Amino acid sequence: MTFAFAALVAGALLGIPKLIAPRRLTPVKAEPFECGMDPIAVAEGRFAIKFSTVAIFFILIDIELMFVWPWAVLYRELGWFGFAEMLVFLGILMLGFLYIWRKGGLEWE
Amino acid sequence: MVAESWYVALSAVLFSIGVVGVVVRRNPLVMFMSIELMLNAANLAFVAFGRRAGNADGQIAVFFVMAVAAAEVAVGLAIIVTVFRLRRRLSVDDLSLMRW
Amino acid sequence: MTPLAMPPVAIGPLAPVLIVLGAAGLVLLLDLLPRPVGRELIATVALAGLVGALLATLARWGKPGRAFQDMLVLDDFALFANVVICYAAALVVMLSIDYLGRNGPETGEYYALVLFSTGGMMLLAAAGDLIVLFLALELMSLSLYVLAGLFKRELAASEASMKYFILGAFATSFLLYGIALIYGATGTTNLDRIAAAAAGRAHDPLLVIGLGLLLVGFGFKISSVPFHMWAPDVYQGAPTSVTALIATGSKAAALAALIRVLVTALRGSQPDWAVLLWVVAAITMTVGNVVAIAQSNLKRLLAYSSIAHVGYMLIGVVAGGSAGPGAVLFYLLTYAFTTAGAFGVLTLCERAQAEAVEVGDYAGLARRHPVLAAALGLFLLSLVGIPPLAGFVGKFYLFAAAVRAGYLWLAVIGVVNSALAAYYYLRVVVFMYMREPEGAGARLVPSFAGGLALAIALIGIVLLGVIPAPFADLAQAAVAPLLR
Repeated sequence: MTFAFAALVAGALLGIPKLIAPRRLTPVKAEPFECGMDPIAVAEGRFAIKFSTVAIFFILIDIELMFVWPWAVLYRELGWFGFAEMLVFLGILMLGFLYIWRKGGLEWE
Repeated sequence: MVAESWYVALSAVLFSIGVVGVVVRRNPLVMFMSIELMLNAANLAFVAFGRRAGNADGQIAVFFVMAVAAAEVAVGLAIIVTVFRLRRRLSVDDLSLMRW
Repeated sequence: MTPLAMPPVAIGPLAPVLIVLGAAGLVLLLDLLPRPVGRELIATVALAGLVGALLATLARWGKPGRAFQDMLVLDDFALFANVVICYAAALVVMLSIDYLGRNGPETGEYYALVLFSTGGMMLLAAAGDLIVLFLALELMSLSLYVLAGLFKRELAASEASMKYFILGAFATSFLLYGIALIYGATGTTNLDRIAAAAAGRAHDPLLVIGLGLLLVGFGFKISSVPFHMWAPDVYQGAPTSVTALIATGSKAAALAALIRVLVTALRGSQPDWAVLLWVVAAITMTVGNVVAIAQSNLKRLLAYSSIAHVGYMLIGVVAGGSAGPGAVLFYLLTYAFTTAGAFGVLTLCERAQAEAVEVGDYAGLARRHPVLAAALGLFLLSLVGIPPLAGFVGKFYLFAAAVRAGYLWLAVIGVVNSALAAYYYLRVVVFMYMREPEGAGARLVPSFAGGLALAIALIGIVLLGVIPAPFADLAQAAVAPLLR
């Protein structure tokens, strides 16, 4: 009962102004951030595109850790066989890394 | 103790959200994010089913799917950036050079 | 702790794929040398890798091998598909040598990507496990997405690449979820063990939905209706040599994988998928052929034509038994020869500062370049299915398999469609032989490697058309290991 009354009051307080209050939209009100100053640029800004390239390389190299980690945990049980397998895996990865490096993918400027 | 079927149900919901996202959104980046959501829904299903089946196959599958997803991110972002450089805008509605 | 039992490493069954991927790595390294090496050298290394893989594949014929706990099944079926794939990829490499230098920036990674994608296709055809299938599919597709957008300064190429990527990745997600559900239903991802676990409970909802999602994913990859919308745009926008690879190699690999999954793992659900594919095959043929009639761009025309041909091949999948898949394998071989040849002619033609892709560009070609026009004419006639060319025999085996399996109506739809298709193929021939060009039409750009590739393709379609029996028998024999 009390809850229903509270909900009713709260709903009325929110709902009635929506019905009767006048709405005048001005440019100033439409701005995302009102503080008396005009915003200079879009709030999110823009990243340099070169940042995205490095980010992509990071993801690629980073995800390979997922395969290295279980190998490291079981290193002793896997023995030399596992070691050789991991060398092959990392060797292929390093080939890709070499390609990125030699093709200038890591140049910042 | 939560039964596996709840995880499967959640993964089905995530997968559906991903499908709807790809179909209704027009920004390639958001569509791509929805595709990633679908892949991860499959991952969740793999893990849940793997628990039920009592073997590690499902978890191993997840490892490979994650690696593939990362490769897909790299290729996808590169393609999207290329298109953006040419167009300066990003919406699949703009991809209208070729029509039947 | 006791050391874990290590799985035996069987290099033998992996050899063809290893040769291709090794060549890919070598090409990457060659591209990195301080002093740049010639494009021809890189192409030669790539070609050598593909020919080596072809020889390794032929050497293993009749000696089926399984490796890595049945993850990889290199039986005769996979070997036959590998031959088609290696052959198509080798033709594409030969066609690319001059085409690339003319139309795009100098890029060394092109050949590496072609080889990586070829390796993916070969693995796809030999995948004995759904996870390997997924990995191989992605290796193939990711390379192809990049290749489609290789000419990155061209708007059409970037558009094609983006459409291909988004729709392809979308489709792969469906496929993956289907794999997850099948794993849920059977507790394994190995094809043989799925078949054992699924026996007798074909109507398990997980299995049925998983099968459906799997078919959606494959439907995209082989561009069957209703999942064909990407194909015309990608075929048109991508570099022509890449289009040839997408149309032949990737399609052959995806169809081979589809057949293997359906016939081994999901044989229990055959009534379900046969009905579904019956409808898909009929619609795919019809839509492909009807829309192709309205095309004026030759690449788009061939795209719709390739959609229609997927419809024909699905007839063989529906027919089942040993005759159906065998007919599909044989058809893939003829189709690879024919389509690679047709796209090959396009790579050798150009008009003022642009690629010659409109049908109108080929008006009067017979007078200016009789040999080239005759070659394109033969490829198109083979696509129509006119005896004694390869396309006719391929279609004959497919329709015969359908009739023998009791799918008379499907065969009738196929025959009607073939007749319909004759209109738009022959229209191009009419243009080449009976019309005068408006302005300067397409002209030949001489290329030794390209000419050689066309010659091989021509010999192929005539040989397969005149003496088809040995090759068809091989295709039939190749299917046998699947049916055990």
